[in-house]
Amino acid sequence: MSGGHLYDAPGPRGRRRIRFAAVAAGLALVGLAALVVRRLAANGQFVAAKWSPLFDPNDPSFADLWRLFGGGLLHTLTAAALAMALSLPFGVFIATTRISASRWYRWMIVGTVETLRAVPVVIAIFFAYQVLPTYGLKLPLLWYIVIGLTAYNSVVISEIVRAGVLAVPKGQSDAAAALGLTRAQSMRFILLPQAFRSMLPALISQLVVILKDTSLGAFISYEELLRRGLIAIQTLHNPIQTYLVIAAIFIGINYLVSRLAIYAEARLSTRRPVPPSEDRQINSPVTATVP
Amino acid sequence: MGVITDNVGLYADGLLGTLKICGLAAVAALLLGIVLAAFRVSPVAPLRATGTAYITLVRNCPLTIVLFFFAFGLPEVGINGAYFSFGVAGLAVYTAAFVCEAVRSGIGAVDAGQVEAARAIGLTFGQSLRLIVLPQAVRAVIPPLGNVVIAMIKNSAILGAFGVGGELYSVANTLNSARGEPALPVYTGVVIGYLIIIIPAGLLLRILEKRMTVTR
Repeated sequence: MSGGHLYDAPGPRGRRRIRFAAVAAGLALVGLAALVVRRLAANGQFVAAKWSPLFDPNDPSFADLWRLFGGGLLHTLTAAALAMALSLPFGVFIATTRISASRWYRWMIVGTVETLRAVPVVIAIFFAYQVLPTYGLKLPLLWYIVIGLTAYNSVVISEIVRAGVLAVPKGQSDAAAALGLTRAQSMRFILLPQAFRSMLPALISQLVVILKDTSLGAFISYEELLRRGLIAIQTLHNPIQTYLVIAAIFIGINYLVSRLAIYAEARLSTRRPVPPSEDRQINSPVTATVP
Repeated sequence: MGVITDNVGLYADGLLGTLKICGLAAVAALLLGIVLAAFRVSPVAPLRATGTAYITLVRNCPLTIVLFFFAFGLPEVGINGAYFSFGVAGLAVYTAAFVCEAVRSGIGAVDAGQVEAARAIGLTFGQSLRLIVLPQAVRAVIPPLGNVVIAMIKNSAILGAFGVGGELYSVANTLNSARGEPALPVYTGVVIGYLIIIIPAGLLLRILEKRMTVTR
């Protein structure tokens, strides 16, 4: 909790006031919830037909529905895994060439990185989806998403890798040079392995971003989880309920992944007593700080 | 590339539309985000819990689902509106979670000694927040907040994919899908449009960042 130092430990009057505020806030929340429930009820959102296909195993469509969602989730995870697996080597490649390249070459890379970073992921996906086929490159839908996600995430990951490599103490590359390792060898055997450890949390939280962005596949009718949800809605006519379930699945997975990132961060910082760079605090920046 | 030059007007309209959406959403997200950040540092437990729950749920949920919920979920309970307002509202609700975290980390970046000193000279919670913490937090908040806004501008493209007309991405839809213009130049034009917004925004942010850094 970051607000702890903002106020004194409250005295008896302060505690009373806080207790009063807590009760008032609690009542306000309950009131708000009641309003939402009333609104839902007034519009017939609590009828069994809207919920039972999702939650009642005895409902005739329950099994089919969850098979549909299960397959969709599998597609979502496949797209995310492929995008991550491709972005990582590309990112490492971009970062290492950017660090070691000569000046002109470096400007070219910086230009490409900045351009790709400015392109919205949804545009990158549509670009792949609409442009590649006009050049005879007809791929399964999955690959347009993977290409779009990789184009964007490679450059994001390259920045993570670059920061990681630059954060390795200078003595390491000096020592590598003194041992007679070439720059490429020093990068591969000395700098990257150490950098990789320190950037693991950031990489894991980038996975959350990728997972969320796979849902853009719904727009090009790739049947990932969200698309499958939309398909289900067409026959069940229960958008609110289905969105809630789909959102809950996404939130659950992403929550676990971001906990993993925090765990990795905590482990790393206990293992290595080296002071972390100044803008790093445990718990906050690891989980993707940008929408 | 004739498609781009022939349709400069259309692209310019799209650019303005994107800016309009983002301006509205940014103001709303900023206000909501600041309220949430205040919740998260408040001594009142239910407010803190509300803030934390909001952040956890919204940050882990794809923006696409938030938008679908607004556009197709809300009308189910009798809340109707134009796609445009649903789009802006969804974008703001989503971005507010990230604004909140940026603001909170800014408050956290203010040295604890500053607050202790403020308390020691007898300032109240409100006074120390207003006079001591926030002025310093603003400086620390500018860089992360700027990144959030830039990311939001890019996210606004999803509204176009959604059918909110009159923004940059929807231009591609009009030209490519409806009029059958070739995809490559059409999309290149859209990308250029985003570069025109994002790159100066990034440079501006970097300048601000340099001006605002204080050696602590």
